[in-house]
Amino acid sequence: MSLRRVVRIAYPILIYGFLYLPILVLVVYSFNDSKYSLEWQGITWAWYQNLFDDPDLLQVALNSTLIATLSATVATGIGTMAAVALYRYEFLGKPLLRSLVFVLMMTPDIVMGIALLILFVSLNLPLGFWTLLLAHITFNIPFVVVTVSSRISGFDRHLIEAAQDLGATEFQTVRRIVLPLLIPAVAAGWLLSFTLSMDDVMVSFFVTGPTFEILPLKIYSMVRLGVTPEINALCTIMLGMTLILILIAQLLLRERT
Amino acid sequence: MSEWVIELRNVSKAYAAHPVLRNIHLQVWAGEFLTLLGPSGCGKTTILRLLAGFEKPDSGEIYIAGQDVRALPPERRHVNTVFQSYALFPHLTVFENVAFGPRLQGFQRAALRERVVEALRMVKLEDLAGRKPGQLSGGQQQRVAIARAVVNQPRVLLLDEPLSALDYKLRKAMQLELKQLQRRLGITFVFVTHDQEEALSMSDRVAVMNVGRIEQFGTPRQIYETPENLFVARFVGEINNLSGRVVAAAPPRYDIRLHDRVVSLKSPYAFGVGDRVNVLIRPEDVRIWRESEGSAEERAALFPAVVEEVIYKGSMVDLAIRLDNGERLSTTQFFNEDDQALMNLDFREGERVFVDWVHDWETILPHEE
Amino acid sequence: MRIREPFKLVAVGVIYCWLAVFALLPNLLVVIASVLERGSDEFVAFAFTLDNYRRLFDPRYLGVLLDSLWLAASTTALCLLLGYPFAYLLTRMPARWRPVLLLLVIIPFWTSSLVRTYAMVIILQTNGWLNQILLGLGLIAEPLELLYTEPAVIAGMLYALLPFMILPLYAVLEKLDRRLIEAARDLGAGRITIFRRIILPLTLPGVIAGCMLTFLPGLGMFYVADLLGGAKTLLVGNLIRDQFLSARDWPFGAAASVLLTGLMMLLLWAYSLSSHRADRGALP
Repeated sequence: MSLRRVVRIAYPILIYGFLYLPILVLVVYSFNDSKYSLEWQGITWAWYQNLFDDPDLLQVALNSTLIATLSATVATGIGTMAAVALYRYEFLGKPLLRSLVFVLMMTPDIVMGIALLILFVSLNLPLGFWTLLLAHITFNIPFVVVTVSSRISGFDRHLIEAAQDLGATEFQTVRRIVLPLLIPAVAAGWLLSFTLSMDDVMVSFFVTGPTFEILPLKIYSMVRLGVTPEINALCTIMLGMTLILILIAQLLLRERT
Repeated sequence: MSEWVIELRNVSKAYAAHPVLRNIHLQVWAGEFLTLLGPSGCGKTTILRLLAGFEKPDSGEIYIAGQDVRALPPERRHVNTVFQSYALFPHLTVFENVAFGPRLQGFQRAALRERVVEALRMVKLEDLAGRKPGQLSGGQQQRVAIARAVVNQPRVLLLDEPLSALDYKLRKAMQLELKQLQRRLGITFVFVTHDQEEALSMSDRVAVMNVGRIEQFGTPRQIYETPENLFVARFVGEINNLSGRVVAAAPPRYDIRLHDRVVSLKSPYAFGVGDRVNVLIRPEDVRIWRESEGSAEERAALFPAVVEEVIYKGSMVDLAIRLDNGERLSTTQFFNEDDQALMNLDFREGERVFVDWVHDWETILPHEE
Repeated sequence: MRIREPFKLVAVGVIYCWLAVFALLPNLLVVIASVLERGSDEFVAFAFTLDNYRRLFDPRYLGVLLDSLWLAASTTALCLLLGYPFAYLLTRMPARWRPVLLLLVIIPFWTSSLVRTYAMVIILQTNGWLNQILLGLGLIAEPLELLYTEPAVIAGMLYALLPFMILPLYAVLEKLDRRLIEAARDLGAGRITIFRRIILPLTLPGVIAGCMLTFLPGLGMFYVADLLGGAKTLLVGNLIRDQFLSARDWPFGAAASVLLTGLMMLLLWAYSLSSHRADRGALP
């Protein structure tokens, strides 16, 4: 085998190794039967057990799931409508809207976090569930728009004309033809939003209050105190969940041949 | 067939300062099969879209069944379209595709089923009602598209090059079926195509279009046998174009000098002495004589030429011929068992022949480039 | 105006309203806050001042700014160096494998950066995985103090941000028309020339997009600096956070944030320029 071929195969493997090694170590050590040291001492489910026995932690996890579900749903609704509107209609400031959505997606989390913080404080809103929800919806919307838009761009325009030709009003056309064909992209958008929401640290950091704790921030504060096996277990669960959701989303987005 | 169901008056349309239709006048009779024929970009599809309601004219009026439809959106017009790409809804079954229109009109259950099945039966697809479009062949999809349109019993059916995606044999079969369907349903068909053979074989009338204008409007026979300008003559079928000059005029008879011969021909047009004209002859009207045939004095009246190419086409032979003065002709000779001479179409390249045509079968037009 | 399409009105109206309230307005408020004075009881006092911006150029804070820029820039450069060949090789893989290989890059992309940073902590700890392996293999006698150093922070940021660089690069490399390369070879160009004059210019939009997606978060990722760099490393992200949470100097934090936003706009502008040029000029 020539050197070039070796490099061609070895280099990607190295990079993949780099990307996955820390995660794998994390997962493996979540099963390690040793409280303080990282020396391997056998498999145990104890740490996972501890997690489930901790009522506070379960509440936090529930909070995160609630926020993620709600914000994903609302963002998917708004984002899908926006994507359809961008595709179907001409309206005032259309290129502006596109740019706005793009800029929103590119904005660093910290900038968005403090901007929303200032907004909420100016409006005298107490920081907690509602501010968190509004913030999550806001950063989820661009991802839904992009996901649905890319599926829409491959949409056969004639299908809409055919529906109109056969007597369907705008609403009927969207309901019976456009949306059903978009469902895979919409569902993928929902899943991606859910994932983003569950994993968000920086925006949530600024807009939530002590009354409403969420998982990533909990992990963050736990980690600052030190590495423990329970954290490993918690992270592993989050990893697993993200993995499953992303796989499903990718399957949905795959072009049907 | 005595009233018109569609009328376009003075319709014009332009896209971004580029004119697509210029002052179109068109009247379509109820129950007729009308074809809009022309090369791409001539505006024929635009007329269809104006009728369907997907576009609005810049100026002019559009009447369907006596009603000014310019303000009516497509979903409120009693016309239906068969799209070039079929545009079948991929997530619905054949049945549901065809049922789409009737459902919106309020038909349900038994009445709906009856209508849909009848439409499917008309296109011979009643067995495939449960399939999805992705599981059908191109020809089957096309029939579903037709069924989906006709099930709504529209006043006018618009067909946008529906056969262009089919292969040759299937296309020929569908042409026949469509014509029979139209006869049976009695619906007015407005058919768009760039294939002139298709237009001639299916239509009651044909509108030949070019760059936004209707060049000629008439029956297939009129279009083919008496083209009104060079574009129509060239676009519909093959044509030979000989340039000549009028040397004597006694309307409707004119003496025309073609190269070194003068021929006496008839024309309904008015020409003056000295006018340049085009004498148009269809290839099948050209007659070829061999050196061995006829007498020398008979041959003196003919145009001498040389065979350049022989193209065998099964039921006929095409010859590319060069006249002695350089002009080229193409001729089509059919095998004919009644005429011994025409049984032998064994021409050779380089062979010397003599050319003339059936007089009065030609068309004379004012000179154009 | 006849409302023929109520759906259109609703759809467009909702998105405009939402973005106006939750995207435009907040950023406007940040800009306003950045030119106000720090308040004693309230967060801001309504007095106009450009002091906040001036303070940003104070040697203390300038140092922080430059450190952050340096850190983010070196991370971005590393991501580019490592990611470009990777993305390129990926596009040369058999078409069958590419969806799976791409998926393997997408998964870390979507996984929480916090979790992945934490995983990096486990690796780099004094009694962490890396040290254990090195000790076990006998390559070192004492565990290395890897945590709480600048290389650790860079490693952590690299780990968090590499997928963000790979994906845009892959997207643009995949669309590269191989025939252009063949044409160049036919005309006698060597590998370096081909890269310099054909591949690089045509993939520039992807490079810039990747840099944007890496550099900007890199400036703001305070938790990476926190967990891997300890209190020693102060970055713009940490600075902003501290202003809002501990120091309570919101206008100053706002000013820093505006600076960050300005940087982002600059990069976005560069990106749109480069992609316009790619559309117009380069291709035959």
